[in-house]
Amino acid sequence: MGLVSRGTAAAGLGPARAAVRPRPPDAVPNLISTPPPEGAAPGSSRIPSMVLKAFFPTCCASADSGLLVGRWVPEQSSAVVLAVVHFPFIPIQVKELLAQVQQASRVGVAVLGTWCHRRQEPEESLGHFLEGLGAIFSHEPWLQLCRERGSKFWSCKATRRQVPTCPATSGEDQVMLVFYDQRKVLLSQLHPPAALPDRQAGDATASAVGLAAVFDTVARSEALFRSDRFDEGPVRLSHWQSEGVEASILVELAKWAAGPICLLLTCLLSLVSAASACRKANMLVSVLLDVALGLVLLSWLHRKDRIGQLADALIPVADHVAEELQHLLQWLMGAPAGLKMNRALDQVLGRFFLYHIHLWIGYIHLMSPFIECILWHVGLSACLGLTVALSILSDIIALLTFHIYCFYVYGARLYCLKIYGLSSLWRLFRGKKWNVLRQRVDSCSYDLDQLFIGTLLFTILVFLLPTTALYYLVFTLLRLLVVTVQGLIHLLVDLVNSLPLYSLGLRLCRPYRLAAGVKFRVLEHEAGSPLLLLMQINPLSYSRVVHTYRLPSCGCHPKHSWGSLCRKLFFGELIYPWRQRGDKQD
Amino acid sequence: MEDEQSFSDICGGRLALQRRYYSPSCREFCLSCPRISLRSLTAVTCTVWLAAYGLFTLCENSMVLSAAIFITLLGLLGYLHFVKIDQETLLIIDSLGIQMTSSYASGKESTTFIEMGKVKDVVINEAIYMKVIYYLCILLKDPVEPHGISQVVPLFQSAKPRLDCLIEVYKSCQEILAHQKAPSTSL
Repeated sequence: MGLVSRGTAAAGLGPARAAVRPRPPDAVPNLISTPPPEGAAPGSSRIPSMVLKAFFPTCCASADSGLLVGRWVPEQSSAVVLAVVHFPFIPIQVKELLAQVQQASRVGVAVLGTWCHRRQEPEESLGHFLEGLGAIFSHEPWLQLCRERGSKFWSCKATRRQVPTCPATSGEDQVMLVFYDQRKVLLSQLHPPAALPDRQAGDATASAVGLAAVFDTVARSEALFRSDRFDEGPVRLSHWQSEGVEASILVELAKWAAGPICLLLTCLLSLVSAASACRKANMLVSVLLDVALGLVLLSWLHRKDRIGQLADALIPVADHVAEELQHLLQWLMGAPAGLKMNRALDQVLGRFFLYHIHLWIGYIHLMSPFIECILWHVGLSACLGLTVALSILSDIIALLTFHIYCFYVYGARLYCLKIYGLSSLWRLFRGKKWNVLRQRVDSCSYDLDQLFIGTLLFTILVFLLPTTALYYLVFTLLRLLVVTVQGLIHLLVDLVNSLPLYSLGLRLCRPYRLAAGVKFRVLEHEAGSPLLLLMQINPLSYSRVVHTYRLPSCGCHPKHSWGSLCRKLFFGELIYPWRQRGDKQD
Repeated sequence: MEDEQSFSDICGGRLALQRRYYSPSCREFCLSCPRISLRSLTAVTCTVWLAAYGLFTLCENSMVLSAAIFITLLGLLGYLHFVKIDQETLLIIDSLGIQMTSSYASGKESTTFIEMGKVKDVVINEAIYMKVIYYLCILLKDPVEPHGISQVVPLFQSAKPRLDCLIEVYKSCQEILAHQKAPSTSL
């Protein structure tokens, strides 16, 4: 089952080729049919009844008969065919070429077997000749693939010369043929789901396991693909370079013209190894897009004198904000939401903040003649990129809302002080004390006058708490609003910076370059013929592309969790949203 | 060799299991889920449009109606492309691996391939979810620990066949996996 009929051995070449064959067919002894009972050579360590997988490039399916050249992976019992060497050839030159390729690419290329693409009438002499080649290029196992021209009938045979360990199995293996697109496999990059923990980057031998070994083999055999069957070398090979000669001369010329441009781009990016070429490309594309968007913004700003309009609108907006704040404070000084405030403290705080706003408006009006000039120069910075313009916008917002920040700090400090005093006096109320040395609460006996003053102060602070708390609440909300707006701008900047546009574009246009894995499809199957599978590349999903190739952002996200944020708000500690964890906190 | 059998899923819907034996080392199982029913589609569309019409009578803005049509269309397309799975296929190839393909109603196919070197076993697991349900899953080997399991990959998640269907698939898979286990014990 799965093995082929003996009829395939009786194939033949045309008589015209017989003259240039290196050796006459009858001189070669027929070694395959009678395996000599030598001792089992310590060759490939294979699993006895594992099916032999032959990875065959689709471009060679229509090539003329010849020798199969590739790599044998004994652990998976798979043969990766890289190219077909055509007749006529001189075996010494083939062996030299293979040795050269082996040295250049550190991949164990060898002659794996024969390939026969015959016409309708089979010829006897070729069968013996092909079997004789097995003696010249000895390889365990020896593959014999055969295809009838114009039909889908394939036949595969793999024979072993050494005596197998279990007497039950014969000298032939079951063969499964897996077709793969050589160019796509060559260019694609596998992204395994979990990275192996101890993977060294510069391994001499292919340490990849499973199907990654196939990708690895094809990718490292560049040296083999340099010469072609159309070149005038000593050995004529057929591989992925042999196909793709366009039918139209214009398309061919366009490809040649695009060659130097692509070469230039690859030179720019090839200063680093292939592993981070994608990252460099992503960064380059992001920067280019950034600058392009910035230029668009610049042209939009300078058209119709928008900068002047902005500058004119800025001062009234600042005035308006200040006025709204004044209304707010008046409201707080009255009876806000029906709450009754402590009159004296209310008046003091309210007047203090009102005076602060008055000063701020004074400064803004002082600066008003220079606003337009400053804005115009700042607008020029947009040519450096959209992200620069957005960052400057965020800073301008921070500057314009500086008084809100000041109010927040005053309110928070006052509230914090009050809470601190309250907690300390509450402990006194219960007869306890905070032990700074031991960082815990200890009992303590207070004197009567200490207790009396403590209780008095505690009462005062408790009754003043609602007023302070309300001011603190209002200004904290305002500050959080400003922080949210700034945070959104930072998020947008991060998005523009860290989105891997080149990788996304690659995934869209050339999905085989970024591979998550492979997928198989069973081709038309007839009973009695070997199993034919087509291996295609399964592209990476978009979410994984973004996740893998995302550029590191500057990381100015707040590092607090929600719980710690609420705790800080409750106790009146100041919140610094842009400070990283580990910086000095005061 | 091909044959087709009809089973039922855990909710009582009809499933069709199509088996193809390409060779002793390659088998394919194809489970077709029940199609999207016209009744449920009509019901959802009518509900959305009635709600939109109610909103329209409230706020007298015809944009609500066009928005409702737009939302219905987008929702249907999104459902067909991302949610509704028509067919789930399991292809098991001896000494290569196991491949699971889900085909969506819009024609999209999503494929996962697990190499045979990572597969420890294919088993039927029992789960208690308001009642007892059975599901077929692949156990993956742990690279660090030789007898451990690193991951459990459940199969036929959308079709959810019953135990009789699972037993058929399980027996076929074990026949193929047996080829693998026999030589490894002799080495």
